[in-house]
Amino acid sequence: MSNINLQCLLGIQCNDFVMIAADQSTSHSIMVMKDDEEKIHKISEKLIMGVIGDQGDSTQFAEYIAKNIQLYKMRNGYELGPTAAANFTRRNLAEYLRSSTPYFVNVLMAGYDKENGPELYFMDYLASSVKVPFACHGFGGYLSLSIMDRYHKKDATEEEAYEILKMCVKEVHRRLFVSLPNFQVSVVNRDGIKVLPVINSALLK
Amino acid sequence: MSILAYNGGAVVAMKGKDCVAIATDKRYGIQAQTVSTNFPKVYQMGPTLYVGLPGLATDTQTVFQRLKFRMNLYELKENRMMRPKTFSAMLSNLLYERRFGPYFIEPVIAGLDPYDNQPYVCNMDLIGCPNEPEDFVVSGTCSEQLYGMCEALWEPNLSPDELFETISQALVNAADRDAISGWGATVYIVEKDKITEKHVKTRMD
Repeated sequence: MSNINLQCLLGIQCNDFVMIAADQSTSHSIMVMKDDEEKIHKISEKLIMGVIGDQGDSTQFAEYIAKNIQLYKMRNGYELGPTAAANFTRRNLAEYLRSSTPYFVNVLMAGYDKENGPELYFMDYLASSVKVPFACHGFGGYLSLSIMDRYHKKDATEEEAYEILKMCVKEVHRRLFVSLPNFQVSVVNRDGIKVLPVINSALLK
Repeated sequence: MSILAYNGGAVVAMKGKDCVAIATDKRYGIQAQTVSTNFPKVYQMGPTLYVGLPGLATDTQTVFQRLKFRMNLYELKENRMMRPKTFSAMLSNLLYERRFGPYFIEPVIAGLDPYDNQPYVCNMDLIGCPNEPEDFVVSGTCSEQLYGMCEALWEPNLSPDELFETISQALVNAADRDAISGWGATVYIVEKDKITEKHVKTRMD
């Protein structure tokens, strides 16, 4: 049985940055194995990818995408932008979907583009990819999406966006039947990737 | 529930006097959860040729990309524009290649023939069985409602303005009776030397 919906990915895109948060739990069936897993992967200088799904698939797929994007950069001398990277990822996911070994992963891709600014792409395991201002994966999304609907604004600062994520995590802690104690947070802006403090119950006090 | 209704969406096309119209809703969701309200399922394939691909969103994207590829090859090889009827045959062929593992989309094609300016509408099932009626075609998760609306509103020899009104009312009122379609609509009116793209507001609940 899969636990793809028991994990949680959150993402917010504003005018100057894009921020994503991912829970850090690894579970097998009913057992929690780990609560400091890194589910946000660095793809390139201004591109990150949050991946949830089957544990092996998540790591394998994220590394495969990251290395291929690095390879593209070495071969061509310039980097893949967020749109191109999302398209590349989608294509791979779509081709694997109809193979005998599909990747069972949900993805949020966040990056900063020189021309278009920050961008957030929502991608599910069926490989449909959509550009969105904010998005969630997993059961946590049922609780978080309405909070984002209410509080998201285009011109929010990084502090404000972090507060919105904190509200979402608070709701997940309060109302979700699974325990997701820690959420790692990363932000991408014109200066690159920055790791923000982990959101947990100690921080929310 | 059918995989064709996993993401939701609706497309309709109609013939008028020396014009055609095609309309799409803008919702992208995962079952009942709306993820994006900016996901039109209609693409421009030529100066007077449009295709709508409602169904499973991942296949909407994949089929559009493969279609674009085949069409570019055709037009480069032949050095002339593709007729809508030829385009239908090409799409039908593309879909039937996947007869026993189909793309889960039910396409709608609308266009004016670039050589004799005849209006053309066509729809297909997911394995590419074409249907070319004289009046209108519908597709998507509210096709029953669309049939009802089109049957009631459509009449022969509508002018471009009347056609816009007819197709908009048909789509909007059909989608309002479907929980997984709607959230805005885009309508294209195709005339000999003029394309009009209009964005229609609909109920957002």
